[in-house]
Amino acid sequence: MKTKPTILALAFAGIALVSSAALAQEHGHETPRPPAQKWSFAGPFGKFDQAQLQRGFKIYKEVCASCHSMSLVSFRNLAEAGGPGFSEAQAAAVAAEYKIKDIDDKGEAIERAGRAADTFPSPFANDRAAAAANGGVAPPDFSTLAKARGYERGFPWFVFDIFTQYQETGPDYIVAILTGYKDAPPHGFTMPAGGNYNEYFPGHVIAMPKPLSDGQVTYDDAAPQTVAQYAKDVTAFMMWAAEPHLVARKRIGFQVMIFLIVLSGLLYFTKKKVWSAVH
Amino acid sequence: MSGNSTYQPQSKVLQWFEKRLPIGGLIHSSFVAYPTPRNLNYWWTFGGILSFMLGVQIITGIVLAMHYTPHVDLAFKSVETIMRDVNYGWLLRYLHSNGASMFFIAVYIHIFRGMYYGSYKEPREVLWILGVIIYLLMMATGFLGYTLPWGQMSFWGATVITNFFSAIPGVGEAVVTWLWGGFAVGNPTLNRFYSLHYLLPFVIAGVVILHVWALHVSGQNNPAGIEPKSERDTVPFTPYATTKDSFFISVFCILFAWFVFYTPNFLGHADNYIPANPAVTPQHIVPEWYYLPFYAILRAIPDKLLGVLALFGSILILAFLPWLDTSRVKSARYRPLYKQFFWLFFAVCIGLGWLGAKPAEGIYVVLSRILTIYYFAHFIVILPLLGIFEKTKPLPNSISESVLGSKA
Repeated sequence: MKTKPTILALAFAGIALVSSAALAQEHGHETPRPPAQKWSFAGPFGKFDQAQLQRGFKIYKEVCASCHSMSLVSFRNLAEAGGPGFSEAQAAAVAAEYKIKDIDDKGEAIERAGRAADTFPSPFANDRAAAAANGGVAPPDFSTLAKARGYERGFPWFVFDIFTQYQETGPDYIVAILTGYKDAPPHGFTMPAGGNYNEYFPGHVIAMPKPLSDGQVTYDDAAPQTVAQYAKDVTAFMMWAAEPHLVARKRIGFQVMIFLIVLSGLLYFTKKKVWSAVH
Repeated sequence: MSGNSTYQPQSKVLQWFEKRLPIGGLIHSSFVAYPTPRNLNYWWTFGGILSFMLGVQIITGIVLAMHYTPHVDLAFKSVETIMRDVNYGWLLRYLHSNGASMFFIAVYIHIFRGMYYGSYKEPREVLWILGVIIYLLMMATGFLGYTLPWGQMSFWGATVITNFFSAIPGVGEAVVTWLWGGFAVGNPTLNRFYSLHYLLPFVIAGVVILHVWALHVSGQNNPAGIEPKSERDTVPFTPYATTKDSFFISVFCILFAWFVFYTPNFLGHADNYIPANPAVTPQHIVPEWYYLPFYAILRAIPDKLLGVLALFGSILILAFLPWLDTSRVKSARYRPLYKQFFWLFFAVCIGLGWLGAKPAEGIYVVLSRILTIYYFAHFIVILPLLGIFEKTKPLPNSISESVLGSKA
C-alpha cells in the first residue's frame, strides 16, 4: 500500500495541479488588494471607539451628507448603547439642526425641526433627483454600505477568515477607496469624462470626486486632521451605522460561548458515565 | 414505532388516557426503548442535530415573520428594522440566516455519512428516498428564504433560478410568467415566495416524521454495516443515544454560535445589503454556498435545457443510489476500493462547489466539465462496476464482535 500510489493520491495530485493553474490565472487581476486596517471593533472582544465614531459622524455631517443619504438611521440611535455615546439631549440637539418635511394638522406641507425619533433626511428629494445631480447614478445610501461592500478574499484566505474572524473587508475596502485617489491616471490610461482615477475601485474609474483632503474637517480632539485619519474615522462610523448592535453581539457571543463550552463539558461527562456500563 | 415498548403508565389518569390514545407508548417505543446499534459513532448524531436545526429555523422564522413585510418597497426596510429596532432582532435574524447554512452543513455530513456506510441499501431504500425528498424541500426552502430580504442577490438569484424553467421546450416562457405572477420578478413573486417559504418547513417536518418512522421500522445502519443479531448488539435509545446526541448537539451549537456572533455575514453575500434594483445587474450572481456544486454543473453544460436537466439530474440520481450501488457490503470499512472512490467523490463535490463560486470562463469551465462528468460517472459507471469487481474484506460476525473483538 505504501509503495504504490493509490487512486486517491493520484486524484489529489491532479486536483492540486489544475487548481494551481487556475490560481495562477486568477493573479492576473490589476486592482490591488485593500490594505488591512486596525479596527477597534474587530475580533471577538471588538468595541466601537466612541471618540472615533463621533469624529466619523462629524465627517459624515460636514462632507458626505451633502450627497449620501443614511435613511435607515435615526437621530436617537446616536444616543443608544454601543454607539457614538451621545446623550439623549445631544442627540435631540443634533436632530433639531435638521429640517424635516412633514404635514401639519391642516394637511399643509411644512418643514419642522428634527426630533430624536426622525431618521436622517436625505439630501435629494428622491432617487431620480439624486441620480440626475450626480451624473446618472444616485450616490449609495450609507445605512448598510459598510456591509454591502468588500473584496474577494479568494482561496485559501476565505477559509482562514472563519478562524481569525476577519470580517472587515467592507471597512478596509472603503478606506482604500477614500485614500486611493490619484491626481493623474497612469500613463496610457484613458479617463472617460466625469470619471476620477482610483487605485482600488474596480476598473479604476469612479464617479465620486476625491471627497476628503487634509485639514478639511476640524476635529475637537487631538486626532490628526489628515485624509488617512478622516477615512478611518468615517468608515468606523459607517460600520456602526450598518451594524449598530455589533458591540452587544460580540459581548453576548462571548457569554454564549462560555455557556456552551461548559454545557458541552457537562454533557460529555454525562455521556461518558452512561456509556461506561457498555464499553 | 415498532413494538419495542412495554410502556405502562404509573398514574391512573395516564392509564385511562393511554387506553384511548397510546401516545405515551408511541413516544416510549420511539425515543426510549428503541434499540440502537451499540457501535454508532458521532457521525450518527447528525440526525438529531438536523431535527434540532429544523426546530431552530421554525421558531426563529415564526418570530421573524411577525416583523417582516413581504412587499418589494418594504421588505428590505423591514429586515433592517428587525436588525436595528426589534429587541434582539439582529440575533433572531442572524440565527435564522446562519441557521440555514448550519442546516445544510449538517445535512451534507448526514448524506455523506449515509454514502460512506452504505445506509441506503436494503432494507433502507425508502428511508433514503425520503431523505432525498427532504433535501430537495430544504433546497427549495433555502432558495425561497434567500429572496425575502429583497437585496440585490435576492432579486437576481430569484431571476436566475426561476429562469431555469424557461428552458422547458414550448411552454417554458409561459411557465416562468406563471411562476412570477407577472412579466418579471416583482411583488407577486415576493408574496408567493414568502407564502411558500412559510409553508415548506412544515412539509419538511411532515416528511421528517415519515423519515423517522421508516428509520424505526428498519433500525439504524451502523459503522460495521451489518444488522444487529442479538440484544448484545444494541443499547436502548434512552439514555445512550439521548446523552450522546445531546452532547454533540451542544458541540454543534458552538460552531453555530461562532458564525452567529462573530462572523454572521461570512456565509452571505455583501451585495444582499444593497436593496434590490432591477436596473442594475451584479457583476457576478452567486447562489448561496450550499447550491454551488449544482450551479457549477448547470454552467458546465453549454446548452440551457441540458444544463437544467443535469442540475436536477445530479440531485435526483441520489434517489437511485440503492440500485446503482451493486455491492452487497454496506460499510466502506470493508470496501477498500470504494473507500477511495468515496473520498474522491467527496473531493469532486468540494471542487464543484469552489468552481460554482468562480466566473464561468476559461479554465473554470473546463474544470467544471471534467468534474461534472466525474460526478455522474461515480453513480452510473463506478458504483455499478465496483460492486462486481471489488474484493471486499471479511465482515465481522456481529456488531458486538466488531466493537469488543474476539473476546465477545
